[in-house]
Amino acid sequence: MAERWRAAIVGALMAGALLLVAGSGARAQSAEATASVVAADPALDQHVQRLAEELRCLVCQNQTIADSHAQLALDLKAQVREQLARGASDAEVKDYMVQRYGDFVLYRPPVKATTWLLWAGPALMLGIGLGALALKLRRQARDGFDDGVPAGENA
Amino acid sequence: MRRFLLPLGIFFALVTLLGAGLRHDPGEIPSPLLGKPAPAFALPRLDQPEQNFGPEAMKGRVWLLNVWASWCASCRQEHPLLVDLAQRKVVPVIGLDYMDTKPEAEKWLAERGNPYQLSIQDAKGKVGIDYGVYGVPETFVIDKQGVVRFKLTGPVTQEALDKKLLPLIRELNRG
Repeated sequence: MAERWRAAIVGALMAGALLLVAGSGARAQSAEATASVVAADPALDQHVQRLAEELRCLVCQNQTIADSHAQLALDLKAQVREQLARGASDAEVKDYMVQRYGDFVLYRPPVKATTWLLWAGPALMLGIGLGALALKLRRQARDGFDDGVPAGENA
Repeated sequence: MRRFLLPLGIFFALVTLLGAGLRHDPGEIPSPLLGKPAPAFALPRLDQPEQNFGPEAMKGRVWLLNVWASWCASCRQEHPLLVDLAQRKVVPVIGLDYMDTKPEAEKWLAERGNPYQLSIQDAKGKVGIDYGVYGVPETFVIDKQGVVRFKLTGPVTQEALDKKLLPLIRELNRG
């Protein structure tokens, strides 16, 4: 029995290691592809990359334009590059994108009337949860432990 | 019995929320261009590349800007509707031939009919970026003052025509 368990664990570990290797290979490949798009000036490259990581690719919505290889993402990255090279600030480049594609293009949307729930939502949920927990604990401290089973059915 | 009311309430609230989320199309992103002047451009015409065309030429008329391409599969789906629209002369449609080549585009129009008053070539997709195009086909309704009033992402359907585009065009033409 122990033998079989050991075999299973070793197998799982090997599969995991294989996935890791395959994954890093894929990542290296995508880094290569990105490298072929950008060129020369390493400081600018880094700047473009950093900004591109904050912009959403609208074709494949859960990727940044830094990650995506969709034609539009490549074009937008070229836009970012061109504008930064011309001396535009990060804010100016983002404005340019927002004017065309809306706040949705930003991975960190601004806090405003339409997005406050998005920003406050998690804290709000946590607050509600903690509040409910506190209420429950207080009631238990007052009334004694209630395991949800009516008295008498415990046996 | 009462102890189940709260979980049940939460359950239904969640179902409603998730149900609304399911019906919501994530591909539909509201255009920031609505209510703003259509971005200016000057692009070569597909039929006469030596001539440029820009949106200011359509001032005083309600018109559609339809973004299409010969490589775009769902453009095929909407094309017959556009051809029909053109035949009935409901509204002038200008085609923005997006990231396409002239021979391919001309072949496409020759095969399927040309519903456009004229098409312009946005070979590099620069004007597409100015209009926030992210999924061809897209259709913009532009009013007499040159303001973008509506944007449809994805193919024009009979339903979209009847419910949104045509009523809006009628209303804008009255105004």
